[in-house]
Amino acid sequence: MASPNESTLQVGRRLPDLFRILCWIAGAGVVLVLGWIIVEIAQSAWPAISKFGLEFLSNSAWVPNRERFGVFPFIIGTISSSAIAMLFAFPLGLAIAIFLSEDFLPLPVRQTVRFVVEMLAAIPSVVYGLWGIFVVIPIVKTIGDWTTERFGTVPIFEGPTYGNSLLTASLVLALMILPTLTAISRNALAAVPPALREGAYALGATRWEAILGVILPTAAPGVVAATILALGRAMGETMAVAMLIGNSSRPSWSIFAPSGTLAGLLANQFGEASGLQVNSLMYAALILVVITLGVNLVGEWVLRVTRRRTEGIR
Amino acid sequence: MLAIAAVAMFSPVESLLAQQISGAGATFPAPLYQRWGVEYNKVNPAVQVNYQSVGSGAGVKNFMTGVVDFGASDAAMTDEEIGKVARGVVLIPATAGEIVFAYNLPGVKGLKLSREAMAGIYLGTVKKWNDPAIAKHNPDIKLPDMPVKVAYRSDGSGTTFVFTQHLAAISKQFDDEIGFDKSVTFPVGVGGKGNEGVTALVKQSPGTVGYVEYGYAVNNGLEMASLQNKAGNFVSPDLENGAATLANVQFPENLRVWPVDPEGATDYPIASFTWLLLYKKYDDAAKRDALKGFVNWALTDGQKFAPELGYIPLPAKVVEKAQAALATIQ
Repeated sequence: MASPNESTLQVGRRLPDLFRILCWIAGAGVVLVLGWIIVEIAQSAWPAISKFGLEFLSNSAWVPNRERFGVFPFIIGTISSSAIAMLFAFPLGLAIAIFLSEDFLPLPVRQTVRFVVEMLAAIPSVVYGLWGIFVVIPIVKTIGDWTTERFGTVPIFEGPTYGNSLLTASLVLALMILPTLTAISRNALAAVPPALREGAYALGATRWEAILGVILPTAAPGVVAATILALGRAMGETMAVAMLIGNSSRPSWSIFAPSGTLAGLLANQFGEASGLQVNSLMYAALILVVITLGVNLVGEWVLRVTRRRTEGIR
Repeated sequence: MLAIAAVAMFSPVESLLAQQISGAGATFPAPLYQRWGVEYNKVNPAVQVNYQSVGSGAGVKNFMTGVVDFGASDAAMTDEEIGKVARGVVLIPATAGEIVFAYNLPGVKGLKLSREAMAGIYLGTVKKWNDPAIAKHNPDIKLPDMPVKVAYRSDGSGTTFVFTQHLAAISKQFDDEIGFDKSVTFPVGVGGKGNEGVTALVKQSPGTVGYVEYGYAVNNGLEMASLQNKAGNFVSPDLENGAATLANVQFPENLRVWPVDPEGATDYPIASFTWLLLYKKYDDAAKRDALKGFVNWALTDGQKFAPELGYIPLPAKVVEKAQAALATIQ
């Protein structure tokens, strides 16, 4: 005989099941959508894939009116602009994160700084683009003219300096990825167990010894995750980069020369493209997806390795 | 009094019942088309024209799939594209524009560029501002020993199409090495997105030259070079010289023509029409009449809005041809 108690228990049992189903649907939905996007892109890209094959990756010519397509300069541009951005943003972001997680300053001041840094993430990328045009470009031009005059023989400083250049785009990208880097790194640093910190002090470590020897290594997986996410954002950033990088398909070593990225190429040419150019742009999009997925996979791997290494101190 | 009351009472109803006409296409004439929409609505409140500037390519696509009542394109439509439209296509030249060589050289005004110099700049063979190809025709100007920085459109655009078409016509080397299209790859320079992008590049960096629509150069106070035309004269990009170019154009049956290398003595060399794309047959008679009324107004009264926005008003001869084409729509 079923008592009322039992029936509520049954309902109680059935509810988590419903919830599980919902979660499954949501989880599978995400995977399905990602798969669908990739399939759709690959399908539209197929004519270009079958025509150009892997040469598409190593070919430097992007000549729509002659139906010659290759994205080598754009792959290099995508990777180098993100890498240079990381070069600026990583030390700065990590330093800010350490600064915000330690008690160098009173809490209200730190919270204000943190809020301001995180606000950077809320600025639309077209605003970053405009700001880059009016503020960063003149600065880069001044620096560039000075540098190319003195060190112009070094390939990466070769002139003439263009305002819209690899360096300009990278600097603005650095600023755009700073909040991602800072916020996640700060969380990782703040999550380091207080016992570890106190232990280090108890053993006579100075503050810097504690930070560099104990806190940073413990927080390393989180910092790595922050770096990967930031790198992903830098590679996929479109609007600001398209406005600042100069959108050139000529490969160049110089950081003061215009360059181009895959995302920028898509944004620039998709609207008016037709025929094989559309297929080639889709192929370029597919490559961008593969690169970003690759970065995330490598990040995941590094994350696991560092987590295993730091297990001992946890 | 009664009449006013009646109008007041009926106008909201009327605006609800207003004939909606939707169009999409080229960004270059968009400011004019949108202005026409507003002004025509004042003249004829029963018709509302809504124009979306999505780009020529997208305009043609939308027109071919039939999601708009009219399209607009700087490159008209190819025969292949026209062949795919079952309802037939009528091309109407609606307005025209000039493409200028805008430059930024402190202290230099009234620069003249020969045909050789124009092509040379974009081929990357003219590298300095005091290059003989430029200096030869500017004996009165002291040209600086400065590198020529070249700016171009990084996005696909009708502007690039018309510009490269002209350079390919005047220079065999340009035709061989670069060719013409809505987006091409120049061997030199830096790309800006849209007319505004190129304008910003020129404005910000001394020593830069770029090609932009006349209206953008005027609004931003950029210096514009006089260009050498086929007759050998150096012609400044005034709207009168542009109008001279248009008046000399011989139209084919389908009204699709570019004055690629105009021959008249005062013709400005780089000018182009931009077209409205209409169907030959409309099933909805009311919509057809509203659209024809609007286009007819645009071709006549509407032309007076062109100069203030930087477009060349159509010469009377062209308006006649366009009206004749409009009359064939059923």
